[in-house]
Amino acid sequence: MAIELKMPALSPTMEEGTLAKWLVKEGDEIAPGDILAEIETDKATMEFEAIDEGTVGKILVEEGTENVAVGTVIAMLAGEGEDASDVSAASAEAPKAADAADGEGKEIGREPSEAEITKPVKAEPKRDPEIPHGTNMATVTVREALRDAMAEEMRRDERVFVMGEEVAQYQGAYKVTQGLLDEFGPKRVIDTPITEYGFAGIGAGAAMGGLRPIVEFMTFNFAMQAIDHIINSAAKTNYMSGGQMRCPIVFRGPNGAASRVGAQHSQNYGPWYASVPGLVVIAPYDSSDAKGLMKAAIRCEDPVVFLENELVYGRSFELPELDDHVLPIGKARIMREGSDVTIVSYSIGVGLALEAAEELAGEGIDAEVIDLRTLRPLDKQAVLDSLAKTNRLVIAEEGWPTCSISSEIVAICMEEGFDHLDAPVTRVCNEDVPLPYAANLEKMALIDTPRIIEAVKKVCYKV
Amino acid sequence: MAKSPRTSKATAKKAPAKKPATKKPKAAEAVATDGDFVLHSLQDAHEKNPRYDASVEEMMEFYEQMLLIRRFEEKAGQLYGLGLIGGFCHLYIGQEAVAIGLQSALDKDKDSVITGYRDHGHMLAYGIDPNVIMAELTGRQAGISKGKGGSMHMFSTEHKFYGGHGIVGAQVALGGGLALAHQYSEDGGFCLAYFGDGAANQGQVYETFNMAALWNLPIVFVIENNGYAMGTAVTRSSAETEFYRRGTAFRIPGMDVNGMDVLAVRAAAEVAFDHVRCGKGPVLMELNTYRYRGHSMSDPAKYRTREEVQEQRDHHDPIEAIKKALMENGKTEDELKSIDKAIRSRVADSADFAENSPEPEAAELYTDVLVEEY
Repeated sequence: MAIELKMPALSPTMEEGTLAKWLVKEGDEIAPGDILAEIETDKATMEFEAIDEGTVGKILVEEGTENVAVGTVIAMLAGEGEDASDVSAASAEAPKAADAADGEGKEIGREPSEAEITKPVKAEPKRDPEIPHGTNMATVTVREALRDAMAEEMRRDERVFVMGEEVAQYQGAYKVTQGLLDEFGPKRVIDTPITEYGFAGIGAGAAMGGLRPIVEFMTFNFAMQAIDHIINSAAKTNYMSGGQMRCPIVFRGPNGAASRVGAQHSQNYGPWYASVPGLVVIAPYDSSDAKGLMKAAIRCEDPVVFLENELVYGRSFELPELDDHVLPIGKARIMREGSDVTIVSYSIGVGLALEAAEELAGEGIDAEVIDLRTLRPLDKQAVLDSLAKTNRLVIAEEGWPTCSISSEIVAICMEEGFDHLDAPVTRVCNEDVPLPYAANLEKMALIDTPRIIEAVKKVCYKV
Repeated sequence: MAKSPRTSKATAKKAPAKKPATKKPKAAEAVATDGDFVLHSLQDAHEKNPRYDASVEEMMEFYEQMLLIRRFEEKAGQLYGLGLIGGFCHLYIGQEAVAIGLQSALDKDKDSVITGYRDHGHMLAYGIDPNVIMAELTGRQAGISKGKGGSMHMFSTEHKFYGGHGIVGAQVALGGGLALAHQYSEDGGFCLAYFGDGAANQGQVYETFNMAALWNLPIVFVIENNGYAMGTAVTRSSAETEFYRRGTAFRIPGMDVNGMDVLAVRAAAEVAFDHVRCGKGPVLMELNTYRYRGHSMSDPAKYRTREEVQEQRDHHDPIEAIKKALMENGKTEDELKSIDKAIRSRVADSADFAENSPEPEAAELYTDVLVEEY
C-alpha cells in the first residue's frame, strides 16, 4: 500500500515550515535512513529521513514552498509491488494537528508556535510616547530586536560581551544571538560549558572587574542553578560595599511557560527576582520595548535580570527606526487607552490583555491596558493613575498567583489606591499547579483571553 | 583530626609517588606526555627551591605584617566578647603566613585578590588602614563598607581587593570572572582567589576550574587548608584530602605548600605567579595551615583537642618561626618586642576609632541599593 510522506515537525510547537530542498526525485528507490528533503524554519534546518523502504512516487509539494503546514502530504511512496507512477495522493489536505512531534532536548530548536507568531494582534497598540512623533517604523521580530540591541551596544562599548550556552557557534539556542559571533568574534561571544552556576559567577566577577557582561541563560529555568550569584553576588554587592563595588551585568533569556515542555521548563521567575532589592527586573512584550530596554539594561550600572519569552520571540511588531533607541527603565507603558477598567500585565500577558480589550470593546467595555515593562522598580504611579481614572483593575499574569506580581499590584491598589476602587482588584493568573505536559491540561493551566474577559466583566459588574 | 600542615618530612614521604613511574610498562610511558608533566612541574620547581631567600629587611616586613594581623584579630576577638562586634566574625589567627607570603609577591597595580568571609587578614596584608577595617567590624559609618557589610563583606576596589564574600565557594567563580576581565582587557594582571578546604567541596569550584583551564584564564586558586570546614575535619568531609591534586582532572597543575612558613609560601608564590603571568593558565595551590581559634566566635571547639591546637602553636607558629630566623640574623629580642609594642598600640588605636566612630546615618539605610535612579 502507498505510504504518505508528511511534512514533519522540527519541534513540538512547530506548525509550518519551508520545504527547502528535495534530495530525491520521483522514481528513486529509497531505504530507511535515506535523507529525502531539507526542511527549514526561521531558526533551524532539519533533514527529513525516510523511515520506510520503497520508490518515490508523486512529489506533491515543490521545493522552495513556504508555509507548508506540518502534516501536509508532501510526497507519496510506493511500497513493494506497487507502481510508483500510479501512486498519487489520496488527500493532500493537512490534518489539523501535528502528529510527528520530535521533542528533542532543551538545546534543540524548540520552535515557537508559528500560530503564535503569525497570530495578528487585532488591537493597534498605542504609540509609545517615548518615541518621537513622525519616526519611521519597521516591522521586526522580538528576536531580531534583542539581537540588534546587543549588537549595537557591543559596537558602542568594547567592554560589552555575551556569554552563555550555545550563544556563539550554534547561533543561540533560540537564535537570539544569531550573527554575533561573525561580527564580534569568539573573544566577545563566548560559548560556555553547561555550567550555569559557574558562568553566572564568572559573569558577575567580570562585571565587578570592570566589564559589561551579558549572560544568556538558555532559559531562566536553568538560572535556578545560578540564582545564588544573581542574588547574593550581583544584587547585594553594591550595598554591602557601601557603594564601592558595582556589578553592571545583564542576565537574560526566555522566561515563563513555553509550549509542551513540562513543569521543569515552564515557569515565570518575574516575582522571584522582582522581590530582591538591588536588582533591576525587566520583562518586555513587544519589539520596541525589547530593543529599547535591552540597550538601557546593557548601559545600566546595576545588575539587570531581563526576562524574555520564547513564545514571543518570533512575533513581529513595529520598531522605531532610530539610531539609538533607548527606553527608560522603570516606566510602564499605556498600550491601549480606556476609561472603564484597567488591565495590568507584562510580557506575553500583554498580548492577551490587548485581545481581551478588543473583544470587550465590542461589548461596550472600554479597557485600558498597561504594560509594566519593568517589574523592579515597579511603576506604581502608572498603575495608580490608571486606577484613579477607571476605578477598576484586573491583573493578567502568565505565572502562578501566590506571591506574584499580581499580588504586589493588589497590595499597591489596596494601600495607595483604596479610595479609587469601585470593585475588588482581581487577578488572572495561571493555575496554582506545576505546568502539566498533556495538551488539554496545559491549556487549562495557562491564562487566556476568555479568562481575562470574564474577570473584567466581573469587576465591571457586567456578568 | 586535621591533616597536619605538611613539613618537609611529609613532603619527602610523598615524594616516591611523584617520581616518574619507572615500573610502568613501556606503553604507559609513551602515554605520559609533556602535558602530564606540567601537572607536577610547578611542585617540582617548588621542591627544588622550597624557601624564599629573603633579606633581613623582607623578613622584618613579613614579621610586622603577620604580627599586625595577629594582634588585630586578637583585638577583634576581644571586641566581639565585649559585644562591640556582632554577627559572625571569623579570625585568621594561625593562618597569617598564607596571606602575607602570597600577597607580598603580587604586583599590586595589576593583580586582583578575592576571598571568602575570613577576610580581615587579606585586607591587612594589602596595607589597608586597620581603622576602617575595625570600624566596619563594629558597624560604623567610617567602616570600609560604611558599616553595611560587616566582617564578611569588605572590599577595596582601590587596592583591587574584591571581597569579602559570605557564600562559601562563590568567590571562586567570581575570581574566575576577575581573571576573565584581566584576560579580556589584556592588563597583564591575574586574580588570586582564596578559598578553604570546606569550600573546596562546592560544585561551582569545579565548574570554575573547568572554564579557567578551558579558557586559559590568569588565575591562581589558593586552597587554605586549615584542617576544618567549620567543625568537620577534612578527613570527614573530603574523599581526596590532598587538595592540590583536585585540579588534575582539569589539567590544572597543583602545588602542595607549607602554609605555616611564610618563606615557603613566598617561594611557592614565585613559581605559581610566574606560571600564570607567562600566560600558561591557572594554578592550584594548597596551603596547609591551621586556625588556632574557632571557625567563628561561636565555635564550641568540641571537634578537636586542646593538645592538637597547642602542638600547632608550639611547633608550627609562623610568627615564632620568622622571629627565630630574625634573631639568628642578628635582630635582638628587644628590637622585636618594640615592634610588637608599636603594633599593639596601632591596633588599640583602631579599636578606639572603631568604638568611638558614629554609627551610619539613618539615611544610609536606603543608599547604595541601586547605583542609578529610575
